[in-house]
Amino acid sequence: MGETEEKPDFVFNRIGRRALGGFYYVGGMTLLLASAVTWTFRGLFTRRVSFRPQALAEQMIRVGVKSLGIVILVQTFIGIIIALQMEPALAEWGQQAMVSNIIGVAGFRMLGPIITAVVLSGFAGASIAAEIGTMVVSEEIEALEAIALNPVRFLVVPRVLATLIMMILLTVVADLMIALGGYVAALTVLGPTVHQGYWDRMSTQLMFSDFYTGLIMSGVFGLLISLIACHEGLQVKGGAEGVGKATTMTVVYSIVAIVMAAVVFTAIFYVFVWN
Amino acid sequence: MTLQPQSVATNQPEGEQPVIRVRDLVKTFDRRVLDGVNLDVHKGETMVIMGGSGCGKSTLLRHLIASLRPDSGGIELFGQDLIKLDHEQLDNVRRRFGILFQSGALFNSMTVGENVALPLREHTSLDDDTIDIMVRIKLELVGMRHAVHLMPAELSGGMKKRAGLARAIALDPEILFYDEPSAGLDPVTSAQIDQLMMDLAKKLGVTTVVVTHEMDSAFRIADRMAMLDKGRMLKVAPRAEFEAIRDADPTGDFTNDLIRQFLRGDSTGPLTSRRKNSGYEEDILDAAGM
Ligand SMILES: Nc1ncnc2c1ncn2[C@@H]1O[C@H](COP(=O)(O)OP(=O)(O)OP(=O)(O)O)[C@@H](O)[C@H]1O
Ligand SMILES: [Mg+2]
Repeated sequence: MGETEEKPDFVFNRIGRRALGGFYYVGGMTLLLASAVTWTFRGLFTRRVSFRPQALAEQMIRVGVKSLGIVILVQTFIGIIIALQMEPALAEWGQQAMVSNIIGVAGFRMLGPIITAVVLSGFAGASIAAEIGTMVVSEEIEALEAIALNPVRFLVVPRVLATLIMMILLTVVADLMIALGGYVAALTVLGPTVHQGYWDRMSTQLMFSDFYTGLIMSGVFGLLISLIACHEGLQVKGGAEGVGKATTMTVVYSIVAIVMAAVVFTAIFYVFVWN
Repeated sequence: MTLQPQSVATNQPEGEQPVIRVRDLVKTFDRRVLDGVNLDVHKGETMVIMGGSGCGKSTLLRHLIASLRPDSGGIELFGQDLIKLDHEQLDNVRRRFGILFQSGALFNSMTVGENVALPLREHTSLDDDTIDIMVRIKLELVGMRHAVHLMPAELSGGMKKRAGLARAIALDPEILFYDEPSAGLDPVTSAQIDQLMMDLAKKLGVTTVVVTHEMDSAFRIADRMAMLDKGRMLKVAPRAEFEAIRDADPTGDFTNDLIRQFLRGDSTGPLTSRRKNSGYEEDILDAAGM
């Protein structure tokens, strides 16, 4: 086929195929979610299928402990950055004391959850995809099935639950670190107008809904990251190269999914909660 | 030239149902990999499946362990049609067979002991002490008791296979499947694995299905043999019949000559001439852009 004569319908075909691929992907993820939910409930409520709390604990340590340091570091810096960025603009209106209010709202509603999610998609998501992908390549998944152990129940459920729980816990830490980062910037650089009464202004500004909407979002992010990671891992084909690709795509898809979910939930909360 | 699969030789005396029954199994990936495969395996016998690389042996095995679903055709294990079973019934069947994968397929995040213990912990109500004893018995059987606390990454290829075998027999299966058990092993270790397979088959009466390339090993362990070629069952017959074909002179009969070439590992014969003739000129012309 010639290189220059690309027919227009060929382009549309390609777009169509992309869109179809997207539908299949979302469909596959939905099925995986449904299966994970089913196995979780079976684990909790039937006696024949044990819940395996030990596996859950293992995964929580693996997801949480590795990411904790980075979350603390990154989120403290985020707090410092917002404080330093906002203060000059607010100072023009003589409102530099409002730095604390802005950090509270931005941090608790959005930056805490979303940046923690990005960190976690790099740490937990990528490592889950690599781990499960390697298991696919080395026939371990087939071996699991052959001894009558369901891979979703055995691998996906503990990883999804662990990521969900740790994502929420880490977001609580993240929220506090952003606030603390802002306070550090105020203490060291911005002066007494900002740091005196910093915590009072923040707690008057913040409502409980700022806190829980952030945590709802972080739960959704955790679900997305872990489902994408497991899905990518289970789909690996063709050896080590496939594992590498799954790892990369997990991070890419996770970040896209996180941002899309953030838009949707922000819109929902804007209409129903924050007004 | 026609390569009709010969009728499945069932010279098993009993009128008993076969433990494994495959009928007209068809599976297509990019091309047709299994093309109407028929096979019966009877209780307690050792069936060796042979065939060239990529002819579909592992794919056939994956169908037998219900890891793949056929496009059409039937697979019965213990008289139950795998296609009609739901998840729970399938798991009940899975508990009655064990499989040794080509690579061993140990769970890399667990020790050898935990690998063997896993099916026992998940599928029996035995207490930890009993499971511990069972694990050591199974590992002793394959000569791996010293490795109980090692991680799979610390094992050699042969040790991985033996540990995989210990896991496969953890639940005392009625059928054992092996995918190339002696590939990549030295002759002595390979002979040990053969001996192990025969012990399990003969002493415990386990029905055994082995996929292998190693002809020495195949003739050592087989009761009956099956030759798969391009997704079709070329011949299923008792070992003696295959031995006779191997030792005879070329007859001009295409099927037998093909099998003979495979069994002897000759570099010339029907297998290779077929390979050479298929679309060679078209390929060359295609590559030249003509
Ligand atoms: N999941 C799959 N998707 C696509 N093609 C596959 C899949 N599994 C196997 N195949 C193809 O089917 C053919 C038969 O593969 P199979 O693994 O059964 O061969 P084999 O007889 O076991 O070969 P070997 O002796 O090399 O192990 C190969 O051409 C392979 O590329
Ligand atoms: Mg194979």
